[in-house]
Amino acid sequence: MNKRRSLFSLWSIVPLLVLVAAWEIGARSGASSGHFFLPPFSVVVQQGYYLILNGMLAEHVLKSLVRVVTGFTIGSSAGIAMGIAMGCKETLNRSFHPLFSLLYPIPAIGWLPILMLWIGINELLPIAIIFICSFFPVLYNTITGIRGVNADYIKAAEVLGASKTRILTTVILPLALPSIFTGLRLEAGMAWRVIVAAEMVAIPTGIGALLMKAQSLIRIDIVIVCLGMLSVLCFLFERLFLMVELKLTHTWTEECRTYTLKQ
Amino acid sequence: MPDIHLKAVTNHVLDDVTLTVNDKELLVLLGPTGAGKTTLLNAIAGLVPHEGSVFFDDVAIDALPPGRRAIGYLFQQLALFPHLNVEANIAYGLRSNGTSEREIQQRVDELLHLMRIEHLAHRYSKTLSGGEKQRVALARALAICPRVLLLDEPLSSTDMRFSKHFRMEFRRLQKQLAITTLYVTHDFSEAEEMGDRVAVMHQGRVEQVGTYQEIFFTPRTKGVSTFIGEPNIFDCDYVRPLGHDFMEVGVKGIPIVIHHHENRVSKIAIQPSHIMVYNQSPPGPDINTLRGRVVEVLSEDFLLRLTVQVGEAAFLVELPRDVGEEMEVAVGKELFLVLRLRWIKAFTGG
Repeated sequence: MNKRRSLFSLWSIVPLLVLVAAWEIGARSGASSGHFFLPPFSVVVQQGYYLILNGMLAEHVLKSLVRVVTGFTIGSSAGIAMGIAMGCKETLNRSFHPLFSLLYPIPAIGWLPILMLWIGINELLPIAIIFICSFFPVLYNTITGIRGVNADYIKAAEVLGASKTRILTTVILPLALPSIFTGLRLEAGMAWRVIVAAEMVAIPTGIGALLMKAQSLIRIDIVIVCLGMLSVLCFLFERLFLMVELKLTHTWTEECRTYTLKQ
Repeated sequence: MPDIHLKAVTNHVLDDVTLTVNDKELLVLLGPTGAGKTTLLNAIAGLVPHEGSVFFDDVAIDALPPGRRAIGYLFQQLALFPHLNVEANIAYGLRSNGTSEREIQQRVDELLHLMRIEHLAHRYSKTLSGGEKQRVALARALAICPRVLLLDEPLSSTDMRFSKHFRMEFRRLQKQLAITTLYVTHDFSEAEEMGDRVAVMHQGRVEQVGTYQEIFFTPRTKGVSTFIGEPNIFDCDYVRPLGHDFMEVGVKGIPIVIHHHENRVSKIAIQPSHIMVYNQSPPGPDINTLRGRVVEVLSEDFLLRLTVQVGEAAFLVELPRDVGEEMEVAVGKELFLVLRLRWIKAFTGG
């Protein structure tokens, strides 16, 4: 089984290796007009190394990271809290559902012009954008998770003497976790996409701003380094949430998976 | 343990239900789907709003929240918490009412032993078989030392062999713990095996309460009679013991052999679907083989319901429609009926 799996992993990197090789050979053989529009892979790696050494990449990534983490933490916490309230209280759900249904379809980046006027161009702007980006999806996933809990579990807990708070903390929330984490995982990646867009348009620092500077200097190598960095960050963020989700739910989902595999 | 008394309990499903479950009794609540059985259990547990009153030992408990009624409830789908292991599931009720961890461990160990599931203590519900889940759910319901036990069709999703085993074991356990129990089922044979008494529900009302035999042989309403399958019921003219618990009874002059452990038999009954029908005299001994003539044929969706006149007795017989058509059953046709010993029920009451 393990041998088969490692064989699969090996095969999965073959397309990547082929792409890198084609890129290197194509760029060096002059298929593109010089190194201008498509620098070879080795040049991009070298440039990435310089950017790391001189601290420029770290500086911009760190700025974006702080914005994403702050905005995402506040936005998703608010989304979870509001989702719990709306999921548990029908009155709240009925009151807020129409309002949120109107606001949810607006793309987070669409708020940028109005927020620039209200907040101004400062550190609060990207945080507000990330807040909006993460609040709504996490809110709806939390509501779905809570409402999806089988009513029999709640009745069983009630008959066994559990208080409302205990039912919420020991039955409803644990069972809603997979759905909540689906929202968090998807939005963790989305937050990076949105921050880059915001930084490209309005904010002079961060990885999006670095991208725009590189573009204006026609430094395709730096642009590719930034895109690669973004890809890695999105991937790491999504994996991080997957790991936390598994950590919290593996006791009942992982064992089931193992048991199913044994069958 | 308390007796349970329901007085004019009414809601969107239930219609003026008045019922008493005696102390330590196992009462089977029997009825077709949609009769209101689960709603009645939920009313007792305090999970649905209703008019009227529920009493435990003459004390109205309507104002008590479900968690303070000391009820053990086995839900139809069992509702074991999937995120908790077996041990934590059993301990859930005890942790909710603030029992000390030492006592919880002691009680959980006791129940794991009683239900013979010690080896499952650290497993999660999705890795358990249907039978194991039943035991865990029962252990969880018993953990809080309930005064009343409510079971909502606990065997609806298990195979026949396990069901039989569970019924026997549960009956023994119920007697041992002497706990007032309401057991919901739609299966009449399950009711026969389980209950001290049976209450038949139909369209939100309790239509008849009595022993299984009373209900089977003297159904009081059309709803009850239809639900139990409209059996052929005959008064016995005479009873002649044949030895080894076999006896011959006379039904309107027809001798029928039955197997029964008491010499007193006043009525016998057989379900229309349990009578075998042949065009010609079947091979084998002639015992309980009757020759008769079809006097009425009623056609239902997939069934033919025949009335076959045998001497002075009219037998109602059910046949699958395709079988009836193949046998070319029609009014006036001569048929042979075989009453198998195992399907004939005998009533000893007056």
